[in-house]
Amino acid sequence: MSGWETVIGLEVHVQLATASKIFSGAPNRFGAEPNRQASAVDLGLPGVLPVLNEAVVEMALRFGLAVEAQIAPVTQFARKNYFYPDLPKGYQISQLDHPIIGPGRLEIVVPTAAGDETRTIGITRAHLEEDAGKSIHDQLPGLTAVDLNRAGTPLLEIVSEPDLRSATEAVAYLRELHAIVRDLGISDGNMNEGSMRCDANVSIRPRGTREFGTRTEIKNLNSFRFLEKAIEFEVERQIEILESGGRIIQETRLYDAERNETRSMRSKEEAEDYRYFPDPDLLPLAITPKMISAVARSMPELPRARRERLREQFGLSEYDARHVGADRATASYFEACAAAAGDAKLAANWIMGELASLLNREELEIEHAPVTAESLGTLIARIRDATISSKIAKTVFDIMVTEGDDPDAIIEARGLRQMSDSGELQRLVDEVVTANPAQVEQFRAGKTKVLGFFVGQVMKATGGKANPQQLNELLRARLEDGD
Amino acid sequence: MTSDGTLVELSARITQGDIGCREVAERCLARIEQGSHLNAFISIDAERVLARAAALDAMPEADRGPLHGLPIAVKDIFCQAGVETTAGSRMLQGWRAPYDAHVIQRLEAAGALLVGKTNMDEFAMGSSGENSHYGPTRNPWNTERVPGGSSSGSAAAVASGMVPAALGTDTGGSIRQPAAFCGLTGLKPTYGRVSRWGMIAFASSLDQAGPMAWTAADLALLLAAMAGCDERDSTSVDRPVDAYSAALEAPIEGRRIGIPDALLGEDVAAPVRAAVDAAKRTFEQLGATTHAVSLPTALAGVPAYYVLAPAEASTNLARYDGVRFGHRCSSPQSLEDLYLRSRAEGFGSEVKRRILTGTYVLSVGYYEAYYLHAQRVRRLIRDEFLAAFEDVDAILAPTTPGVAFALGEKTDDPVAMYQQDVFTIPANLAGIPALSMPAGLSAGMPLGVQLLGPHFAETTLLNLAHAFQTATDHHLARPAGAAA
Repeated sequence: MSGWETVIGLEVHVQLATASKIFSGAPNRFGAEPNRQASAVDLGLPGVLPVLNEAVVEMALRFGLAVEAQIAPVTQFARKNYFYPDLPKGYQISQLDHPIIGPGRLEIVVPTAAGDETRTIGITRAHLEEDAGKSIHDQLPGLTAVDLNRAGTPLLEIVSEPDLRSATEAVAYLRELHAIVRDLGISDGNMNEGSMRCDANVSIRPRGTREFGTRTEIKNLNSFRFLEKAIEFEVERQIEILESGGRIIQETRLYDAERNETRSMRSKEEAEDYRYFPDPDLLPLAITPKMISAVARSMPELPRARRERLREQFGLSEYDARHVGADRATASYFEACAAAAGDAKLAANWIMGELASLLNREELEIEHAPVTAESLGTLIARIRDATISSKIAKTVFDIMVTEGDDPDAIIEARGLRQMSDSGELQRLVDEVVTANPAQVEQFRAGKTKVLGFFVGQVMKATGGKANPQQLNELLRARLEDGD
Repeated sequence: MTSDGTLVELSARITQGDIGCREVAERCLARIEQGSHLNAFISIDAERVLARAAALDAMPEADRGPLHGLPIAVKDIFCQAGVETTAGSRMLQGWRAPYDAHVIQRLEAAGALLVGKTNMDEFAMGSSGENSHYGPTRNPWNTERVPGGSSSGSAAAVASGMVPAALGTDTGGSIRQPAAFCGLTGLKPTYGRVSRWGMIAFASSLDQAGPMAWTAADLALLLAAMAGCDERDSTSVDRPVDAYSAALEAPIEGRRIGIPDALLGEDVAAPVRAAVDAAKRTFEQLGATTHAVSLPTALAGVPAYYVLAPAEASTNLARYDGVRFGHRCSSPQSLEDLYLRSRAEGFGSEVKRRILTGTYVLSVGYYEAYYLHAQRVRRLIRDEFLAAFEDVDAILAPTTPGVAFALGEKTDDPVAMYQQDVFTIPANLAGIPALSMPAGLSAGMPLGVQLLGPHFAETTLLNLAHAFQTATDHHLARPAGAAA
């Protein structure tokens, strides 16, 4: 173990999945033609005014309740002033002094060598703000193009306490947030499209000390893997500097995924003064207990509660519950699959095994899995009722993926039904035993491993369909019989 | 050519069929042409005006609104779809708004004939009308004097008889001061009474649109059309609009009028003090009672205002960066060059001064000392007004420290210029309505007095001013040489 302790705090930007933008009626959608989803308000034309979208407030409250946070009785928007071509008004409407969501906490499960460990991570605050547009530097030679479709997209910026102690914990925290915002239905959490982005504040200190080291901020990490890699790189970089007698400069750094390194963007000395002040166009907003209780009544099941329920209801291990309970979609898939299979443990194994690697390979979300939960459940039921073996089941699964869904039809059409007819099996066993006297001698001389040879011969003859348990019994009986 | 009288008079003639909208429009355009030396307008689209007049004439009687055919000039700070809207700035020269301001929609829906965009101090920053990229406006009472600002062109257009009424905006006195300098009645409504949608922002927490005309009765007619909640402006207040015109004739006996001694100190010119005294006596004769009220912090309004208004302006004007609309410098060499030159070329010196001031007071290390301190002063002033209005229905005060000054007189002394707003600023800081009305002449130049009321007491102010105008004839004085 290194003599340094890592300290990480994350700022996570979540794009809220509202129908329209945070301060205008323009649609909030990804991927339209450039500048076709920006209204006069989003363009910051002279004379326009912002009007807060109520749905945004409700979504922020949902998040606040999910992380057991204090909710501000009065929240206020502020202008954050800076010039940039993709910031139409020359200021971003954000929140500074009175964020809608105050201190809260989030429980995460961190996989360690000694097993899963539960940790509680403090959430400092979460505030609402508008997203900026996009500057595109590589489309027009010598020019920068500006696409303002994204301008005005509602963002919830979730700031954690510096409670995370490793890249693994940071990833576990981000995954939990990802699951929560998806379950709450407040964001699609799509990191490829920028629906969820993350800045990491990273510092190190000698293990056992309490004072924080100088931190650097790594901007715009848009995948779990990049978050992990960037923190790992940054921690190594800081250790190297301190161990060679240098000092860390407080600065903003960018992660370069191609080179897997972080690079300096700007130091604190060059940091901008954003001249925050309350936005006079938007009055302070009172959050009433009535609003909060209305949101509380519509709260869906959250990941932690779901994991506990899956453990209790289905007798799953903590590990299985964490995986099949990772998000609502996987959990519903699991529940439907387990019901059809009649075996929760097997269902969980299949979902975490064959299905997960298929989805991973095809880069698919579980909602779009090519095999339905019911079909997979039926397939598992066929293993349980000994219609097919686990091995054959994998073949059937592959056929279900490529050709069609119904496992029973596939088993019938391809004649994959397990051979459990003892008469037929007995005949094959007799044949194999008679044809291989040398091996029979070996078995009888005590080399029982040779049983595997006989199993293999029968399986070969049946195309793998022999019921393995039954086959074993018949073979043993035949070989031990001695005649 | 003769003027068309007051808005109420002209409305009666149109309703009776004595004059058609087309003729009203033609006469207006002719008078505007005749008064072009005043530089009251930035743009006029005569064809559009005549077409609109013809459409109004063709309108079935049942569809006609309360402002049917009434020609109204609009300060060039209100966006009008397809019409150049400059805010008096080079920055927006040639910019055509793609949408209508809320008040433009309201006035047109009421049948008004919008005749053109009036000159103004750039982005409404000024108290003389001299800070316009399109040249200074002149005062019809004396063309060597300023008409006041920032609604300079609107005041000059009405005072010269070109149009019977105009729209202005008032952030620190920009309706009331030019109204006083030009012998008009002008009203700054309660903050939130009139939607700011489509009104180019100077200082968002202070800006308010309002009417300018000869009489309180004319203002009542216009305000009824302009006021009301608009969901596009979050600071617009959802509260019913009073029947202002119907309440004009209500008796004012027993009305309690406050006189703030603090606002009548040594630096107020003697004729101004005399005008306030005379107005006080008139109200007493009309049966109102007068009472001393205490507004000890009101005079601290100017420094507070010149922190808060520039602070808001500095960020409201950040959008003029040469990227999407407005002035853009030629062949920028870099992003910074684009910003620096576009803004250096597009903005005039007073606007730059306020952007610099505002940027400074919002900066780390100064925010508390300036911005927050000014907010506390603002709160104090508001609280003092609210306390005063527990004892009185309205407050009578001067509108300006003196009559209109000479062109060029104060252009080199911004602080002296800012002091022009000392009596008008407190109403903006407190968010309360305030009306300026003519109160006599001094050496041939008009003087105004102000009536200030509690939030949403426009009806009270209009009622008091109408009673005053029924009993006096200051509002009938016209500049020599203007369309009579």
